[in-house]
Amino acid sequence: MIRLERLTKAFRQRRVLGEVSLDIARGDRIALVGSNGAGKTTLIRCLLGEYTYDGIVEVDGLSPRMHRQDVLAKIGFVPQLPPPLKMPVGELINFAASMCNSVPERMEAVSARLGLEVEGIRRQPFVKLSGGQKQKLLIGIALGRDCNILVMDEPAANLDPEARQVFFGLLGERQKDVTMLLSSHRLDEVAALVNRVIELDRGAVVLDDHVADTVDMRSILSCTVRLTRREEAFEKALGEWGFSTTAEGGGLEWGGQVAGPDRLRFLGVLSRYAGLLAGINLEDNSKKAEAAQ
Amino acid sequence: MRDLVLAARLDISESLRARWFILYALIFGGLVVVLFMFGVTESRIMGFTGLSRLLIAYIQMCMAILPVFVLITTVRSVAGDREAGVFEYLLSLPVPLFAWFWGKSIGRFMVVFLPVFGAMILAALWGLVRGLDVPWEAVGFYGLLLVSLAWCFLGIGMLVSSLARSVDVAQGTAFMVWLVLLLFLDLILLGVMTRGQMPPETIIAISLINPMQVFRTAAMLLFDPELMLLGPAAYVILDAFGRIGYMVFSIVYPLLLGTACAAAGYGVFRRGDLP
Repeated sequence: MIRLERLTKAFRQRRVLGEVSLDIARGDRIALVGSNGAGKTTLIRCLLGEYTYDGIVEVDGLSPRMHRQDVLAKIGFVPQLPPPLKMPVGELINFAASMCNSVPERMEAVSARLGLEVEGIRRQPFVKLSGGQKQKLLIGIALGRDCNILVMDEPAANLDPEARQVFFGLLGERQKDVTMLLSSHRLDEVAALVNRVIELDRGAVVLDDHVADTVDMRSILSCTVRLTRREEAFEKALGEWGFSTTAEGGGLEWGGQVAGPDRLRFLGVLSRYAGLLAGINLEDNSKKAEAAQ
Repeated sequence: MRDLVLAARLDISESLRARWFILYALIFGGLVVVLFMFGVTESRIMGFTGLSRLLIAYIQMCMAILPVFVLITTVRSVAGDREAGVFEYLLSLPVPLFAWFWGKSIGRFMVVFLPVFGAMILAALWGLVRGLDVPWEAVGFYGLLLVSLAWCFLGIGMLVSSLARSVDVAQGTAFMVWLVLLLFLDLILLGVMTRGQMPPETIIAISLINPMQVFRTAAMLLFDPELMLLGPAAYVILDAFGRIGYMVFSIVYPLLLGTACAAAGYGVFRRGDLP
C-alpha cells in the first residue's frame, strides 16, 4: 500500500533521511518511534507530498508529489503541533469537509464522541482553543472522513484518559480497513495500538519488527488499586484517570476503568508510586462478559 | 474550480479578520472623505474642478500608497503561512496546489482592490447626489488602471513571498522592490537625462517597463492628453503608442507582468518544500 524506496531527504548539507526503504501493507498499524530529530516528521511530510525528496514514495502506486490530490484523499492526518489558524472552528470544519468530500456533521459527531461539542466553539478562532480541544478537533476532522491511511503524529498526547479511551475505540472501529502510522517519541504511548514497530535513528531505520497483536483497541479494563497510605499526589494522579474511592475501601481503595490500549501507560503512572501500592487488580470486561456467556 | 473558490474564500475571510485590512480600508475610505472635506471638488487646478479634480488627487495618492501596501501585505501570504506552520496541516488536505496558490492570489486581489475601487465609486455616487458632473470615462479608466496596478504588485508580492523563507526577508525584499521602482519614476529619470549620462531610448525603455511609471503616465494622460507634464519623453511615447494605444498598454502590460510574476511564484511554490 505504501512503498518507500531509498527515500533520502537533505536540508542543504544536512541529511535527515538516508535511503529509507519500507513496505507498508494494508492493515499494518505502525508505531513510528525515535528520539527528537530521528526523521519521523520528515518521513511523514514526504509521505504527504509536502517535501521534495530523492528516491521513491508511493501510495497505491501513486507519487504524493505528482498525484497529490488522489494520494491525500486517502490519508487522514493529525499533526504533532496544531497549526496556529486564526479561522473560526466552524470555518475550518467546513473547509476540511469540502476538501475531503465529507460533511461537517460527520466531523462534528466524532469530535463530540471525544468530548468536544463544536456548537459552543463554532465562532471561536481555532488558535484560541486549549491544547486538548485542538487535538480533539483535528482527530474529529481526520476520522470524520473516508480514508484508508491514518497518519498521526503524537495523536493522544494532549488527551485526557476519558478522551483517550474514546479515541482508541474510534481507531478500533477502523482498524480492519485502515493502515495506521502513529508517530511518537515514546513507544509506550502507542505500543498497545500497533502490530508493527519501526524505529528511526538519525534518518535510518534501526528496528522494523512485528509485534503481538492481541490487544483489542475497544477493550475496557476494570481496575482496583489499593494503597498502603493516603498520598495527595497519587490521589490526584488517580483522579486524572477518572478513578474514585470505593465505598468499602476506607479511602485507601480506588476503582475505575482503563482503556485496553492504555494499560501500559497507566501502569507507568502507577510505577511512579510503587512504594504506596498494596495491590492492583486489572480485569478485562469484555473477556469477563465472554466467559459469562 | 470549486477548490479554487474555496481557497479564495478562505483567504478573503482571513484577510477581513486581519488588522491590516481594517487599516487599509480606513486609509482609502478616509482619503476620499478627506478630499471631500477639504473641498477639493470646489478647488481648481489646470482647469479641473468637481469630481475630476478629486479623482486626479485620489489616483495620485493611490499610486503612492497602493503598491507598497499591496506588496507588504501580500508577501506575508506564502512566507507567513509557511513560517507559522500553517502549511503542514492545511496542505495535508487534498487541496490542489494550483487551486491553493491561485485561490489565495485571487482572494487577496479582491481584498486589496475592492476598498480602493469602492472608495472611488462611493465618491462618484456622492458627487452624483450632490449634483456634480461625474466623469464616467475617467472613473472607468481609473478603475481599470487600479485593477491593473493592484494585480501587478500582487503578482510581484506572490513571487517574493514564494522565494523568501521568512516573513522578515519577504518584507525587506518587497520594500526594496518598491523603492527601486520608485527611484525609477520620471522625476528621477529626468534628472538622469539632464545630466546626459544615459541615452534617451534607455530612459524611455525603463519608464515603459516600470509599472509605477506606466500607471503614473496613464493617469496623467486622461487630464493632460499631450503629456505636457512629462516633458520630451511624451513625444516618443505618443508617437510610438498614440493616446488610446498607451491607455491600452498601461492596462495590459501591468496585468501581464503581474500574471508572469505570480506564475513564476507558483512554479517556485509547487517545486519546493511546502512547510
